[in-house]
Amino acid sequence: MSASTAAPTRTRATTRATAPTARARRRSTALGLAAWAVGLVFCLPALWMVLTSFHSEADAATNPPSLAAALTLDGYRTFFGGGGGPTPWPPLVNSLMASVFSTLLVLLLALPAAYALSIRRVRKWTDVMFFFLSTKMLPVVAGLLPIYLFAKNTGLLDNIWLLVLLYTSMNLPIAVWMMQSFLADVPVSIIEAAQVDGARLPTVLGRVVAPVAAPGIAATALICFIFSWNELLFARVLTGVVAGTAPVHLTTFVTSQGLFLAQLCAASVVVSLPVLIAGYAAQDKLVQGLSLGAVK
Amino acid sequence: MTTTTAVRPTPPRPPAAAPGKRPTGSRARAWATRAPLLPALVFLIVVTQLPFVATLVISFFDWNSLKPDQRHFTGFANYGSVFTDPALRESVLTTVLLTATVVIVSVVLGLLFALLLDRAFFGRGFVRTLLITPFLIVPISAALLWKHALYNPEYGLFNGALTWFGNLFGIESVAQPEWTSEMPLMAVAAALVWQWTPFMMLILLAGLQSRPAETLEAARLDGAGPWQMFRFLTLPHLRRYLELGVLLGSVYIVQNFDAVFTITAGGLGTANLPYTVYETFYRAHEYGLASAVGVVVVIGTVIIATFALRVVSSLFREEASRA
Repeated sequence: MSASTAAPTRTRATTRATAPTARARRRSTALGLAAWAVGLVFCLPALWMVLTSFHSEADAATNPPSLAAALTLDGYRTFFGGGGGPTPWPPLVNSLMASVFSTLLVLLLALPAAYALSIRRVRKWTDVMFFFLSTKMLPVVAGLLPIYLFAKNTGLLDNIWLLVLLYTSMNLPIAVWMMQSFLADVPVSIIEAAQVDGARLPTVLGRVVAPVAAPGIAATALICFIFSWNELLFARVLTGVVAGTAPVHLTTFVTSQGLFLAQLCAASVVVSLPVLIAGYAAQDKLVQGLSLGAVK
Repeated sequence: MTTTTAVRPTPPRPPAAAPGKRPTGSRARAWATRAPLLPALVFLIVVTQLPFVATLVISFFDWNSLKPDQRHFTGFANYGSVFTDPALRESVLTTVLLTATVVIVSVVLGLLFALLLDRAFFGRGFVRTLLITPFLIVPISAALLWKHALYNPEYGLFNGALTWFGNLFGIESVAQPEWTSEMPLMAVAAALVWQWTPFMMLILLAGLQSRPAETLEAARLDGAGPWQMFRFLTLPHLRRYLELGVLLGSVYIVQNFDAVFTITAGGLGTANLPYTVYETFYRAHEYGLASAVGVVVVIGTVIIATFALRVVSSLFREEASRA
């Protein structure tokens, strides 16, 4: 830990580092190869899903698997209603609406809250932070029934806006935590300068804080989008014919039409694609979001 | 969890933080400071805490939605059922078993992957991308993938691979296990491990990369071997990251619904508590009982979460003191 132990050995370190032994180099190559092997094997199910989605149904359902089978877009064509089946567009649009609108609402609520928790610190701000976190620890099933009864009695069942509200509550704590840590990096001086010029809070947030913290806000938005897009339990219980989301569509897909493996894989690839794109884009910030801002 | 540590109307802070400004209206300014926080706070209380209170109330009623006239207060009878009904008791056990298995295996694998990725090698970014991909497959897609494309006894990849290997060695009839019916809990756990290992890997990788380089260099020059370095430097440093991964993973995996719902539909002793709540209320219409199970899930999660909060708060304090 202390620098005193490190300092005297520093000079030796540089001389040693320039001349790695052949054995160390071999070991390093071996570990690199091992990492490649582990990565490929671990990712194999996902790669298999992609490959199968481009096979015909006959080739998808062979044993042993046919690696060299001809590639086709039939699975995707059928999934998008090519065979006269239902089109996936309403569920995909529902998912998009629920995810985008709840993400926007989360940002709208979380940005001022994070401002109050990081820049203009309220008293007992750590307590408030932990209150937000504690709501995230509340399992979804704990409130499912009352929410279902409420929706049933108010006619909100099968309504996408109810999902928007629920997904907002699901993601708000994470967003507040993440944004708190991003906003803490915004220099207070530029905020004060804006306030001296007479800017009010919405202007300060929109014109000064948001542009400076834009990368962090974008990462937060992507993570909220991913969680909303993935959600199944609320959607399954609270939506039906009209407002069903893409995950709900995937569950009905198998039972209603029997099993078409290539088509199922194509569907899974299509539904996962937005999350894969968002996830790769937010890779570095993903940990921070998922660990509730505790790990930077 | 219904923590009451939310903003209480506290006496306004002396305006020491804003020198050069007029001290009048400090109460108003305290409210101005607090105001941006309120929408988020009120929203969360209404949408998450109120339904839980309602669940708590419903859990004390004998209430089957198919027999609405017979609804009445039964005290702790529903809780009695949760712990005496063999099926419900089993779902408590299943939840513990499933969560523990998935968390332990994915932490160990995640640590190995993180250690492999911690050194520079050709194509590290690409391998890292490969390794986090399972986490980015939509959970329901992943569950369907495992059930149909991998576990299917007739044309799933696993049995296909067994046949392929068998044929390679000239074996005619290779064993073709029915994965989901012969080892149902393992089947669910394996799919979940696949999805959660990248999460553990990412957290532990962040931990590895925050190790002070000087200390490592010093230890190496003092003649420490790789195992000694790992045992006495890396592992102690990673301790809190491991704790964080275990606890957050537990909180998320205790709540798992998608995999259990899809791979086994809760059959063959794989019904965990969230699935049981879903079944009890959505299919059996036993509202009171379902609420009691829900409350039990919350109590379990609170126990885990209390530890999780402590870990998060220690990391958080460190962060705050550094700033």
